[in-house]
Amino acid sequence: MTQLDPAAKRDTDVPEAPAPRANRGFSVDMRLASLFGVLVLLILIGWITSPDNFLTGSNLDTILRLAAPSGVVAVGMTFVIISGGIDLSVGSVVGLASVWMTTLATQAYGPFVMVVCGLAVGLGAGLVNGVLIAYGRMVAFIATLAMYISARGLAEYLSNKQTQVVRDQDFLTFFRGEFLGVPTLVWILAIVVVAGWILLNRTTFGRRTFAVGGNPEATRLAGINVKRHIAMVYGLAGLLAGVTAVMLAARTTAGSSTNGMFYELDAIAAVVIGGTALTGGRGTMVGTLIGVLIFTLITNIFVQNNLPTEVQNIAKGAIIVIAVLLQFRTNRARSTT
Amino acid sequence: MTAEASTALLQMTGIVKTFPGVRALDGVDLTVRAGEVHCLLGQNGAGKSTLIKVLAGAHQPDEGEIRWQGEKTALSTPVAALRMGVATMYQELDLIPGLSVADNIFLGHERARWGFTKDRQARRQATALLKRLGHPEIPPDREVGDLSAAGQQLVSMARALAHDAKLIVMDEPTAALAADEVTNLFRVVADLTAEGVAVVYISHRLEEIREIGHRVTVLKDGRTVARDLGADTPTSELVALMSGKRVETVYPNREESTVDSSREILKVEKLGRDDEFADVNFTVHAGEILGIAGLVGAGRSEILETIFGARKADEGTVYVNGKKLKNGDVRSAVDAGVGLAPEERKSQALLMDMSVAQNVTLASMRSYSSFGFTDRAKELRDSRAKLEDLDLRPADPRRNVSTLSGGNQQKAVVARWLVHGCRVLLLDEPTRGVDVGARAELYRLIRELAADGVALVLVSSEMPEVLGLADRVLVLRDGRVIHEAPADELTEADVLDMVMEGSAA
Ligand SMILES: Nc1ncnc2c1ncn2[C@@H]1O[C@H](COP(=O)(O)OP(=O)(O)OP(=O)(O)O)[C@@H](O)[C@H]1O
Ligand SMILES: [Mg+2]
Repeated sequence: MTQLDPAAKRDTDVPEAPAPRANRGFSVDMRLASLFGVLVLLILIGWITSPDNFLTGSNLDTILRLAAPSGVVAVGMTFVIISGGIDLSVGSVVGLASVWMTTLATQAYGPFVMVVCGLAVGLGAGLVNGVLIAYGRMVAFIATLAMYISARGLAEYLSNKQTQVVRDQDFLTFFRGEFLGVPTLVWILAIVVVAGWILLNRTTFGRRTFAVGGNPEATRLAGINVKRHIAMVYGLAGLLAGVTAVMLAARTTAGSSTNGMFYELDAIAAVVIGGTALTGGRGTMVGTLIGVLIFTLITNIFVQNNLPTEVQNIAKGAIIVIAVLLQFRTNRARSTT
Repeated sequence: MTAEASTALLQMTGIVKTFPGVRALDGVDLTVRAGEVHCLLGQNGAGKSTLIKVLAGAHQPDEGEIRWQGEKTALSTPVAALRMGVATMYQELDLIPGLSVADNIFLGHERARWGFTKDRQARRQATALLKRLGHPEIPPDREVGDLSAAGQQLVSMARALAHDAKLIVMDEPTAALAADEVTNLFRVVADLTAEGVAVVYISHRLEEIREIGHRVTVLKDGRTVARDLGADTPTSELVALMSGKRVETVYPNREESTVDSSREILKVEKLGRDDEFADVNFTVHAGEILGIAGLVGAGRSEILETIFGARKADEGTVYVNGKKLKNGDVRSAVDAGVGLAPEERKSQALLMDMSVAQNVTLASMRSYSSFGFTDRAKELRDSRAKLEDLDLRPADPRRNVSTLSGGNQQKAVVARWLVHGCRVLLLDEPTRGVDVGARAELYRLIRELAADGVALVLVSSEMPEVLGLADRVLVLRDGRVIHEAPADELTEADVLDMVMEGSAA
């Protein structure tokens, strides 16, 4: 339209939005830093309230063993929530998988089959969720609510509501044992978190998970099979629920339909505290890990000081509210328009 | 005909696409040759975007045939179209706000090995693409949601280039761009066609077509009414083909009005926001139209949003009718009679899943409800009247806004404030994506509002629009007012010189 001297248009008209939004990368780090601060604060509180027991090796062991199974569930939940979904069923799937892998029939095949069975049940349940949501166009909340109810029901049916004791000594020695002085369960958590971090931040799978949660239609138009991706994300969450079932069966030396009760709520809470947006498209794995540790520490501090669980739950609820309010404050700079 | 068929890169014949209640495409033909810029023209709602979505594999046609290099193909998914060599820049920005610039550019064809992303390579290639578009300064790891509309448009363009496509479809790529960016885009388009890439180009700015187009196809009501015209076809003929009638796009004359034009309605004093704009002072009188000219990124939209209270000012005050507005409070602005038709219709203005009527009356809920119950009949009646004024098609206020074409959605945004009846109306790119005929109508309505004593502030990237419509013009550069003059004392070249000046350094 207008003839411009090409040299005249050295772009000072940087097509960027104003600065207040620009430093959000910084505020994400700030958020992680403040979460870390909360963690340190809790450790201090624990140390002050029970100076003799809290910082001992055995208590640290207890804390990490406690954190391990719920941490693994939370890693799966991080993927689901970043993809814009929610999975209410993971706790029940943990119960179902732990029952299935410890039935007398399964135990007869030995430890390896037990583990594979636990993982397969978890993966299967997750894929059912994913297919219902992605291809059946069901709302994630409803589809996984249905799974939440029926997986627990199936677990009760299979186990006759009885606790099934794990008899296999090899299984127990391996999963209850230690390696390099660190409990196997903690190793599993560490591996899952690191692998989860890599998967989320360094692979096309992770990149696409963010994309699907950020804008599914645009992702579809970019040539990505959004449905298959969503199904895989729920499959991953289910698989990690299976891993958790194995860990719980080892820690409690039993499979029970009550295993994993309320894990979904703890996981969602940990993920949200960790700064992952429930609206999808944003989130971090490190935040989730800190969220899990915060939750476990609170429990531990209350147990150490012989305080009733009611008070503990009140404190947990308060932490969730505070975390979300903090997120709201850091996000506000963004929604200026 | 056969000769053409053999040289044609793409041939679409008899394409039909229906949506519930609408026949969006009713037998469209389009033939594109390699290395040409093929312009697709048509009024708002003519079916241009629908046609290119069929071509992109995003919509499945009900009938019709698509031939690619002479061979019949079916484009069942967006992947199929991308593989075949068709990259599309959609009208509604199709980016993921939470992902970085580089991630957006390579989404779906990530630079990766064994599923592991090669981020450094992606960043480097993204920078190269942005450089080709004249913007090496956009950081590839910046989140796309942090870029302005023009910046996002550039990313979208870079993404289309990244595919190494044989055919690139651009659906109104210049709607969000200012003059200098348009020049840039045209240079890139020329490069592409020189390499043999074909471009399908959609725009409502007819002068652009003359500048870069080779051939033109015109759609009207879902049918091809003229195909393969030369780009030198007279504008009046094109407009007549598009609308079926003659439309004059001259800016309407100022009417003699009885308004007391000495009354100050809007007064802005020393308004500033850190890093955006500073020391902005102006007044707008009753019945006056104040135009704001400047490059994208000069702070035009930010000023309007700050006056409206959507952004909090760091310094300065806004008065309406002598009364001070509460800083950063939209409610107080609306109560004082201020309206803002924002730049980003989809994210800032429309409730996509609600009806047109509900969207139009959103700002004036009070006058459409008594005791908390809405008067639906009145709502429908009033919004229908405005839709007809603005030539919004289909003029059915009960339709969902999301099913309207882009230009028609824009009209719904403007209609909201026409229904509301405000004392101060801030218009940010009111004609973005609006077709020639409806544009003339919109200009007339804006003038009418002024004649009724409304104070208007108009921001537009189209210089002729600012100069033709406004009484007085502020020229803005880097967040500062550098010049103020009556519109008839300025020429387009003057203003362009002013906004560019200094940026050459
Ligand atoms: N998803 C949908 N559901 C229902 N109707 C639709 C849908 N998409 C488009 N339409 C209708 O199809 C017709 C053509 O729309 P389209 O978006 O192709 O127009 P356009 O030529 O691109 O217009 P503009 O210049 O305003 O962008 C319009 O009447 C529109 O309302
Ligand atoms: Mg369109």
